[in-house]
Amino acid sequence: MTTDGVAYWKAVLGLIRNVLIVWFVVSYGFGILLAPLLNNIHLGGYPLGFWFAHQGSIYVFVVLIFVYSKVMGKIDEKFDVHEN
Amino acid sequence: MSLQAITYLVVGLTFALYVGIAIWARAGSTKEFYVAGGSVHPITNGMATAADWMSAASFISMAGMISNMGYGGGLFLMGWTGGYVLLAMLLAPYLRKFGKFTVPQFFGSRYYSKSASMVAVICLLVASTTYIIGQMTGVGVAFSRFLGVSNDTGIYIGMAIVFMYAVFGGMKGITYTQVAQFCVLVIAYTIPAIFISLHLTGNPIPQLGLGSDMVGTNVALLEKLDMIVTDLGFGKYTESLPVNRLNMFVYTVSLMIGTAGLPHVIVRFFTVPKVKDARASAGWALIFIAMLYTTAPAVAAMAKMNLFKTVNPAVMTSASVFAPESGLVYDQRPDWMKRWEVTGLLKFEDKNGDGRIQYYNDKSKDAEFQAKASAAGWKGNELSVNADIIVLANPEIAMLPNWVIALVAAGGLAAALSTAAGLLLAISSAISHDLLKENFMPNMTEKGELMAGKIAMACSIVVAGYLGLNPPGFAAGTVALAFGIAASSIFPALMMGIFSKTMNKEGAMAGMLAGIGVTLFYVFAHKGILFIKGTDFVNLIGGPNSFFGITPEAFGAIGALVNFAVAFAVKNMTSPVPHDIADMVEQVRIPRGSKAVDGAH
Repeated sequence: MTTDGVAYWKAVLGLIRNVLIVWFVVSYGFGILLAPLLNNIHLGGYPLGFWFAHQGSIYVFVVLIFVYSKVMGKIDEKFDVHEN
Repeated sequence: MSLQAITYLVVGLTFALYVGIAIWARAGSTKEFYVAGGSVHPITNGMATAADWMSAASFISMAGMISNMGYGGGLFLMGWTGGYVLLAMLLAPYLRKFGKFTVPQFFGSRYYSKSASMVAVICLLVASTTYIIGQMTGVGVAFSRFLGVSNDTGIYIGMAIVFMYAVFGGMKGITYTQVAQFCVLVIAYTIPAIFISLHLTGNPIPQLGLGSDMVGTNVALLEKLDMIVTDLGFGKYTESLPVNRLNMFVYTVSLMIGTAGLPHVIVRFFTVPKVKDARASAGWALIFIAMLYTTAPAVAAMAKMNLFKTVNPAVMTSASVFAPESGLVYDQRPDWMKRWEVTGLLKFEDKNGDGRIQYYNDKSKDAEFQAKASAAGWKGNELSVNADIIVLANPEIAMLPNWVIALVAAGGLAAALSTAAGLLLAISSAISHDLLKENFMPNMTEKGELMAGKIAMACSIVVAGYLGLNPPGFAAGTVALAFGIAASSIFPALMMGIFSKTMNKEGAMAGMLAGIGVTLFYVFAHKGILFIKGTDFVNLIGGPNSFFGITPEAFGAIGALVNFAVAFAVKNMTSPVPHDIADMVEQVRIPRGSKAVDGAH
């Protein structure tokens, strides 16, 4: 693999790692492990931990995919490996 | 117009629409038949993927399961959506770049072995067939309840419709029909939810209504629901857990990676023109899925409240739920209860002979509650409610107009048919392409292969219909198995194929077999070998859920861990991966040079 190729793959893996951290924190963190704690806080009529498990995680997932898709497009162009 | 007539009208119109689209979008080549010509717009593809994904289980059963499980039901919501994040980042763009028709083809090339592709074909066939049984039963239930025909006739009609557009249209026909089916099912799901949310909270948006106060009070809906269920001996709705928190965690992991590993979902990302589109398409799919998935928890909680309110009106007031006059008098029950009793999904048994319905948790561990219940002369829970009722009878419980009920029927059918069609395509391409073309008849012409694909699909429809008519006793257990197989075998092998340049065929195959093996072992220990009653051996492994309290449905994630561990161990002991394969993996990792999907090697 060329040096550019190595740097490109490193950038891709870095992005994936960052997205996965957010993905894990909202669902497994806020939605499951920390839910009892967060339930002491309320979002309208929702206990916060319950909200993350039943609503919040899904919204964050949608945003995550579009952010990933956009940043990947930029990385592709920076390393000149995008499709024509 | 009567309810029956309106239902026929609405369902008839939607069916005419599907068949019309199928005639417009006939497939003329194998490329159109397998991947819709590889030219579907990402938003269109997202909508079709959403319809493909949201099955009879999502539409009919999920809200009911959440309703029963409360907070813990969130594992379905997170598990069945979070998988799309994994799919978008880890699999879809790379498989699209790889540029083949089917998932087994990837296994065959990446792991340079026909046996690897065969293992993938078998996993795919087992996962898809078990799934399709559920869809066909769903079609039968929807027809028999709403259209007044027998269960069997319903399944025959469903088979005929799917046959028409799937066999002639292939992936192209299926994709465009699924777009229409998505619109029907999401409208059918949302409208009753809007009505009910408006009625209970005054807020027309169900996602906000669930977090609002009850109309005319300053008590939050969820708080009120927590009070109602605890009054009747159940655990708090917003806190109840499935076995324990660890099990919820592992179960969610299994559903997420199972979702990302289900072949009929993955193949959707072969239908878009570019790698870039494959990434965005997963996002669009999730937006459309989220429309239903964020509404479902509102339906679950609100329908539960309406049900309790109907059966024991005292829950809404300050009156005691234990007062002798609080339970609903059975002879004065509403019409919808009578209609659903006929289907067997709702059952009443007057255990204490007072002619009233007592609906409560008779297994409560709260001694004080049990004392009050027996003092009130309650002799056990008298009403059993099948989870499917929560969505199907929801408009009737909330006393909504007839056309809404008709719409729910059409929506349930759209959900079941769209998923069935996607599964049938995955099955038929596995047979005609991966088995016949790749292994037994490599000289088959394109025309011959297209014909073989159509024949394979026609046969699959007949088999699916037969299994729907005569559902094997293990049908319910096998849906969990489909996710277990996808999570423990397909997902890890795909991941390693892309993210490890050194994974070789010995490692991948040993990993897959070990992953499936350990998952099947745990599932069969609980449910019997091949789900045959009496052959379970749960005591040999130390009792039910003996592995840290993890239920068999949740075990796919553990299987995946075993898969990864075994694969890397075996890889280090066997000959390294050939150079050309390592080069191929490098090529797959960059988007440039992606070509239209072609089936040839």
